Amino acid sequence: MSNLLWLIPALPFAGSLILIVAGSKLPKKYVPLIGSGSVGVSAFITLLIGMEFITSESGSVIKQVLWQWIDVAGFSPAFGFHLDSLSLVFIFVITFVGFLIHVYSAEFMAEDEGYARFFAFLNLFVGSMLILVLADNLLLLYFGWEGVGLCSYLLIGFWYQEEKNGSAARKAFIITRVGDTAMAIGLFMIFKTMGTVNLVDIQGQATSVWTVGSYEVTLIALLLLGGAVGKSAQLPLQSWLPDAMAGPSPVSALIHAATMVTAGVYLIARTHVVFELAPTAQFVVGVLGAVTLLMAGFSALTQYDLKRVLAYSTISQIGYMFLALGIGAWSSAIFHFMIHAFFKALLFLAAGAVIMALHHEHDMFKMGGLRKKLPVIYWTFLIGAASLAALPLITAGFYSKDQILWLAWAGEKGNTWFFLAALVGAFITAIYTFRMVFLTFFGEEKTQVSHVPGSLINIPLIVLAVLSTGAGFIEVPHSLGHLQWFTDFLSPLLPITIIRPGIESTEWMIQLLAAGLSIGGAGLAYYFYGVRPSLHIQIKNAIPQVHNFLLKGWRFDSLYDWTFVKPFVYLSNVNKNDLVDWPFNALVTVAGFIHRLFAFTQSGILRWYLIGIVVGAILILTLGILI
Amino acid sequence: MTTIPAEYGLVLATVLFMLGLISLLIRRNIVFMLISVEIMLNAAGLAFIVAGSRWSQADGQVMFLFILTMAAAEVSVGLALILQIYHQLKTVNSDEASKMKG
Repeated sequence: MSNLLWLIPALPFAGSLILIVAGSKLPKKYVPLIGSGSVGVSAFITLLIGMEFITSESGSVIKQVLWQWIDVAGFSPAFGFHLDSLSLVFIFVITFVGFLIHVYSAEFMAEDEGYARFFAFLNLFVGSMLILVLADNLLLLYFGWEGVGLCSYLLIGFWYQEEKNGSAARKAFIITRVGDTAMAIGLFMIFKTMGTVNLVDIQGQATSVWTVGSYEVTLIALLLLGGAVGKSAQLPLQSWLPDAMAGPSPVSALIHAATMVTAGVYLIARTHVVFELAPTAQFVVGVLGAVTLLMAGFSALTQYDLKRVLAYSTISQIGYMFLALGIGAWSSAIFHFMIHAFFKALLFLAAGAVIMALHHEHDMFKMGGLRKKLPVIYWTFLIGAASLAALPLITAGFYSKDQILWLAWAGEKGNTWFFLAALVGAFITAIYTFRMVFLTFFGEEKTQVSHVPGSLINIPLIVLAVLSTGAGFIEVPHSLGHLQWFTDFLSPLLPITIIRPGIESTEWMIQLLAAGLSIGGAGLAYYFYGVRPSLHIQIKNAIPQVHNFLLKGWRFDSLYDWTFVKPFVYLSNVNKNDLVDWPFNALVTVAGFIHRLFAFTQSGILRWYLIGIVVGAILILTLGILI
Repeated sequence: MTTIPAEYGLVLATVLFMLGLISLLIRRNIVFMLISVEIMLNAAGLAFIVAGSRWSQADGQVMFLFILTMAAAEVSVGLALILQIYHQLKTVNSDEASKMKG
């Protein structure tokens, strides 16, 4: 069974190829069959391989080398796959959540004229993402990394007739490219010092090549972090993600919530050996995560656009994962990634259904009262929101976020500031989440529902709602029964976080605090948007500058506009006539001059030519005689 | 039969050649230019004959036969061209046939 591993990424690629070549000629009903079918079969194979993997002895890996990719002067990355517990979690999420989103898209995009194009890009994305997480060396990982970047660009700009979608796509592509360049340099440095890009070799040899905290390993870790920060929309490269919401909702769910944006988390978890050797870099990861989760959380509080709230929330939740990576809580980060993929995909899909039902209305303040009109969407959205806000005991989000909070407090590398940031973040998360719920589904109806979604939209929502609740119970903290399936599953690969001695007894207090804050946040949102709706308008009018500052995402766009875009445009203007062109233009001028000179001798008068021949003959003869 | 020294023949050939060349350069009428070319060809042929007789070899005469054949072909093509030029431009003045000015 394990030799079918290559089929998992190959099937979506094949689906994409068929749809690109023949998509416009195929009858419309076959398009979603090919698109979702290929990912569905991939998901099925993942399930079979996963069963085999779990039942086999722990610590085993499945390797499959398809062919030698490059082999020159000791540089020999193979086109090979490597499946261990970490990749298995990722391919599970990618294929299953991906499949559900494909099914959802079959109905959601049905009216769109780019139906086949959409599925072709979506399949291409799933294939690239699977290559990214299955790669057995950093170069192949980078190949998948760029592949998903390309698909993100193509799908953000999917409705390319509108100019702003095109610029959002370019913005996403260019900003992530900054991070990717840093990552590429890090990759070169790894090859320079180790002579290999194979992930297993790096993991094995890192401790013998580098000493802890050496300058070189810190630099490499920071460069890899640069790539992760770009892809995962963390500070300071976070500003592309809110604009990326210009793409269709299934794209936001799949690429900009569940899978691609967590590629940075995967990269850091995959190279955790490097980060453990560079404590400074690892601390930077934690600081970036903590700051990002707070900043994005505050921004989410002020947004009007339903999808933009979710975008900032995604940045914030990935901030939690980075915080977890920064304190060495590797498996907690991956656990939170998995749970986040479930509930955030659910929220995006439900938001997409709401937006479709209301004639593409994005503004939450123009929604309201949808509880009765769209019951399935309401209940699933509520479950997703509860999971995002980490309502205690029943939601999966509680178990995953609680673990990060606990380890930020009790972990060896945790500290009070990380813990406080995570705690405040949890409170803000609860507020903005329930602000969304109350504005969208409660209150009076402001826009008429024009379209009630069908079963292809409802079923994925229900499945994801079940996962957003049930998936948390595979990892239950000490104080509530102690279950560690997920950590045990990852533990041969990712080291277990060391807890400071003598602190276990405080665990229930931390949990109570977190639970109280999330319920308190939800209650506060109810007071502001349910009981006294006029209050938030008063606050907004009292401090308009602060509100605007947060609404614009801490004005990072303006900052980058002033520091990078404007100088660049100015320099481009100065160099409009391209300095490099000068020597070439001079060559053209000289050639033109000589040409005119010779053209002058072409007088068309036969006797001049004759004189030319005679003079030439005499010259040659004279030369012949003289020499 | 007294033999003529080879130098005389060569001088005659040179004079003929120069006459042809000069008339080729100063004439504007294409027909006369063609005739000048014929004179130059015959001067060259004469030089071959003289050289052949000087070395008592048949090669010179063979070359002359070649030149004769070539001249015949050249004249037929040349006359056809001249006819075409006259047909198109209504003139045989080579200076006026300067349409292909660069």
